Amino acid sequence: MEKRYYQKEIETMPVEDIKKLQSEKLVKQVKHVYENVPYYKKLMDEKGVTPDDIKGIEDLHKLPFLSKADLRDAYPYGLLAKPLNECVRIHSTSGTTGRRVVAFYTQHDVDLWEDCCARAIVAAGGSNEDVLQVAYGYGLFTGGAGLHGGGHKVGCLTLPMSSGNTERQIQFMMDLNSTILCCTPSYAAYMGESLKEQGYTPDTIPLKAGIFGAEAWTNEMRHQIEETLGIKAYDIYGLTETSGPGVAFECEEQTGMHINEDHFLAEIIDPETGEVLPEGSKGELVFTALDKEAFPLLRYRTRDICVLSREKCSCGRTLIKMAKPMGRSDDMLIIRGVNVFPSQIETVLLNEGYQPNYQIVIDRVNNNDTFDVLVEMNPENFTDTVSGVTKQEKALANAMKVMLGINPNVKLVAPKSIARSEGKAVRVVDKRKLYD
Amino acid sequence: MSLKQLTIFVENKKGALVDITKTLADNNVNLRALSIADTQDFGILRLIVNDNETATKALSDAGYLIKMTDVVGVKIGDQPGKLSKALEVLDKADINMEYLYAFMARTEKHAYVVLRVANNDEAEKALEDAGFHMITDADVDKL
Repeated sequence: MEKRYYQKEIETMPVEDIKKLQSEKLVKQVKHVYENVPYYKKLMDEKGVTPDDIKGIEDLHKLPFLSKADLRDAYPYGLLAKPLNECVRIHSTSGTTGRRVVAFYTQHDVDLWEDCCARAIVAAGGSNEDVLQVAYGYGLFTGGAGLHGGGHKVGCLTLPMSSGNTERQIQFMMDLNSTILCCTPSYAAYMGESLKEQGYTPDTIPLKAGIFGAEAWTNEMRHQIEETLGIKAYDIYGLTETSGPGVAFECEEQTGMHINEDHFLAEIIDPETGEVLPEGSKGELVFTALDKEAFPLLRYRTRDICVLSREKCSCGRTLIKMAKPMGRSDDMLIIRGVNVFPSQIETVLLNEGYQPNYQIVIDRVNNNDTFDVLVEMNPENFTDTVSGVTKQEKALANAMKVMLGINPNVKLVAPKSIARSEGKAVRVVDKRKLYD
Repeated sequence: MSLKQLTIFVENKKGALVDITKTLADNNVNLRALSIADTQDFGILRLIVNDNETATKALSDAGYLIKMTDVVGVKIGDQPGKLSKALEVLDKADINMEYLYAFMARTEKHAYVVLRVANNDEAEKALEDAGFHMITDADVDKL
């Protein structure tokens, strides 16, 4: 009989007990943050809240929010709550210069994060009989490290492939009989296509499950991946700010992700007013890290729009479920797994001597994101040769790559050809179908 | 001594060339020669016209990105091997060429070649030394 839970006592704990546990942890955590993070203490003081006002999770709404802007203001050490010599790890959000976020971990923090990932792996049917192929990027990105650590905890034979090099991925998968694949859904789909092209049918592929996250994907895409690879595809959610993947994970029911509530307290708020919405409402997801030591964000606004549900789950887990995110409450785009803000494109254009008139066009072709940036040509730089124009396009693309960490396809267009708004300019045309 | 070429940025959109040529026609501008270099996303239209000023104003007013470029115009006989001879002259003089296009005149039995080279003066001198005649804007109207 295969083990169904990694930490049964937590995962199936009666809801009242989880809430009690959360309350105890929250009281302690607020005190820890107030005493060790001057940045957040100031926010609390400004709001007139002291740790004594927080007696349990019912008082959570009294605390101030944190947003990505705070993380930027406080970069790099402003939200650190432990001395550096007690920290053992740093991770960072994907390559964005202007808006980089660095997160710190003590050994305790790494352990609880890996526990969360281990729960996800077990929920996907993983055990020490499995070969776990981790094809998330390793490095500053949390994807690789998180699932890798989780794989060790479960006792999986862990294959630290990192992302890319599809030929090698396939060779290892087939030769070493990988049974669980962890990567972004678009890469899973791409690998599926490559396997198919090489003549592999679902019954000849050793995989039985996949744990896919770090970008939005639809159920339609899930079915496609499941069919091509002959697996069950599980969603996983997380963000560097809270630790990484594993904040929430899917069980065999595949109807939303169980939030690891003993570590992360979730709320849904109205993104306009900040007001907490009742359970079942659609709004912005906010997380409070309950027992992280080094980088314990309280009421961090994820900007993901989502719904929480505490309906009984057939898997036996009592942990609250979050739906697949349904959109964003800011203008951040996730392109090929990388966070992109339109304002970053604007910054590059101004630096490079262009007018900030641009349009970002994103599409998903063969399950891969295309990323075009239309920019109005600077009339002074117009030349009569094609190479003169393409040279400018390449230079701009390079400058954007340095800023964003991914390569756009820059297309110069005629001046004034991008619609100036009578109202608001259309800066982003996203043709992808990301949300159900 | 030089020949002016009008260079126009054309987006790959349906009807773009119709619109440009119509604008020129409406302003009584005569085309002498035309070439277009295109990529998947845009084209660069190069024109030799009889009235640069009118053409530039009309197209700018219509919102086109337009630029005047100095090019070299060479008159060559309408016989096999003449173009090759002219290019050989430039090659020997080590003058790099970006592009060229050719046109015929209505009146004379001559072909004309428009050359875009790295250095116009050097190219013109080399070609003249080899016995070629250059054409200028003043000649264009008579062709």
